[in-house]
Amino acid sequence: MSSTVLEHPTPEKRHITTKPRPSDVAFRATLNVMSYSSLLILAAIGGFLAYRGYDAFKHNGIGFITKVDWNSSAGDGNGPYGMAAMIVGTLVISLVALVIGVPISVLTALFLTYYAPEGLKKALVTVVDLMASFPSILYGLWGFIVLAPMATYWAKLVYKYLGWIPFLSVPQPAFDRSPFLAGIVLSIMIIPIVTSISREIFAQTPLERIQAAYALGATRWGMIRAVVLPFGASGVVGGAMLGLGRALGETVAVYSVLNIVFKINWHILYGFGGNVASMIVLKFGEASFNEKKALLAAGFVLFVMTLLVNIVANSVVSRAVKSGK
Amino acid sequence: MTHHETVYPKRPWKATKSDLIPVIGLLVLAAVVDYAVVAVTPMKGKLAYAFLFFVFGAGFQMALKWKQLGRRAAVDSLAGSVAISGAALAFIPVASLLITAVTKGLKGLYPGFFIHDMSVANYQSPLNQGGVLPAIVGTLYLIVIATLISLPLSLLTALYLTEIKGKASGFIQFLIQAMSGIPSVVAGVFIYSAFLLTTSLRGSTIMGALALSILMIPTVTRTAQEVLLLVPRDLREAGLALGATQWKTVATIVVPAARNGLITAVILGVARIAGETAPLLFTIGVSNKVNLNPLSGGQASLPIYIWGGLGDGSETGINRAWSAILVLLIIVLTLFVIARVFGTRKVKTK
Repeated sequence: MSSTVLEHPTPEKRHITTKPRPSDVAFRATLNVMSYSSLLILAAIGGFLAYRGYDAFKHNGIGFITKVDWNSSAGDGNGPYGMAAMIVGTLVISLVALVIGVPISVLTALFLTYYAPEGLKKALVTVVDLMASFPSILYGLWGFIVLAPMATYWAKLVYKYLGWIPFLSVPQPAFDRSPFLAGIVLSIMIIPIVTSISREIFAQTPLERIQAAYALGATRWGMIRAVVLPFGASGVVGGAMLGLGRALGETVAVYSVLNIVFKINWHILYGFGGNVASMIVLKFGEASFNEKKALLAAGFVLFVMTLLVNIVANSVVSRAVKSGK
Repeated sequence: MTHHETVYPKRPWKATKSDLIPVIGLLVLAAVVDYAVVAVTPMKGKLAYAFLFFVFGAGFQMALKWKQLGRRAAVDSLAGSVAISGAALAFIPVASLLITAVTKGLKGLYPGFFIHDMSVANYQSPLNQGGVLPAIVGTLYLIVIATLISLPLSLLTALYLTEIKGKASGFIQFLIQAMSGIPSVVAGVFIYSAFLLTTSLRGSTIMGALALSILMIPTVTRTAQEVLLLVPRDLREAGLALGATQWKTVATIVVPAARNGLITAVILGVARIAGETAPLLFTIGVSNKVNLNPLSGGQASLPIYIWGGLGDGSETGINRAWSAILVLLIIVLTLFVIARVFGTRKVKTK
């Protein structure tokens, strides 16, 4: 018997390799390279805008950000250019948008998660998604035609009863095309994103904690206050920051409703304001070569502002989502 | 098969129909009181109606709960009223937007609106002259070219994130998220600064499409990534176990399995850019005729047409803007519905 085994000698050792075949080498190399296209695009945006805007930064120095004058008619078109009024204006209307939009969004998210019956909930979630895909010029046109008269009326009411608060006062009774109106339009535009992020986080609240709260005799509101809100707070903050990122960069809707003037205005009800994005559109058409460079520099500032806000917002949201899982 | 009567568990906490009677009754009462108070006090207008209806409605419900169940139930009821009102505040503008767009938009729509250009008419011409044909053609052109540019980049990036999962995955993910926050105006001025500022080139379709691609890539990449992650690992392992290379597995198994989802990704990307105005202001020039050459000559588009009507400010100009926005909305809504239909069956499992 042993002889028969010997008649079949041990086969030669096979060569086993993990070397990928050429098609895979090419495939993986392509993906590795192409995945960096996003880096390339972001770097190109920052690079080109900074490069073209360099002259404006050089001529105006830090004054480009801290000074208010935007003088395009002076001599060689080199300014002085300063976008302080626009930066302040952008922050003011974005804050108005957050103050109005975030509470409404959180309430909507709570309503959708814990109050609405199943059928209504599905329909309304679709509507929220739909709202996010409306073109911004629709919000602009609607804000200009439909909302503006109402907002002027509301502004007068607010002024009448709360005008003693410094930022709600006005130097003269001019309420049209105010940061207040622009803020309301923006608040409507950020509702979809803040609502859907908040809803996503609220829906991740651990069921056992919810049931524990009910078992201890909590009412629905008691449960929400003790369980859902503490759990979802960081997600709501992240969602609000994503909304802020959107509000900072909005162009067309703000341009349509806001009276853009190069002066710092803290009075949100008063009829003029500013916004970096719409200022670029406003000035670009008739700008000289040098002024265009200054506007590209303004674009660079806007790019950096929104990038920073978005990076922080995304890290807050992803941390909140992870902790929920 | 015999039919058994299903026994549902009882839910004593659920409101019965008789519980609803006082609730609805009190809402009606609140409406009546609301109406009366607005009639006799100096508070007037829709705002007064809405505000007082909230006060009385929520107040009466609170009183009812307080009487029935005590203070905590009353607070709970108030919180419910506030949540419902908050949601109403979020959805009223949507209703208003849609109703206004339809009612105002229909005024300027006539059959010729879709087949005429603006070479002889302007924004102030009577509403039965001129139309948006060049704008519709231009918008479709922009969408197609932007898709051709961004789909390959997005798909390859998404495949890198799901199939290779290399060391840079986290970083790439981060970049895509950062990119999705780029304001649309920045995309426009970037293309202008890169291609148009110092060259003899003028705005054209391809420039507009490049600007739109920057906005489209993050949306398509993120959706495509989500969809590719839904393809079961078994399918990939089966392909590799049968001796296919990774390239073959991805090309013949993973991507086809996710086809519907990838279509959804593209449609969502298109919906994202279809209505973008700001980037086009810097990049596509102007045209009042149909321009079929994507590489040179200005191009028209629906958002720019609307923008022009709004800027014109005349009554007919605004009317034209509403009509064009109605056309744009119908396009966006159609895309949205198609995306939903495809989105419900994202991954083929058979």
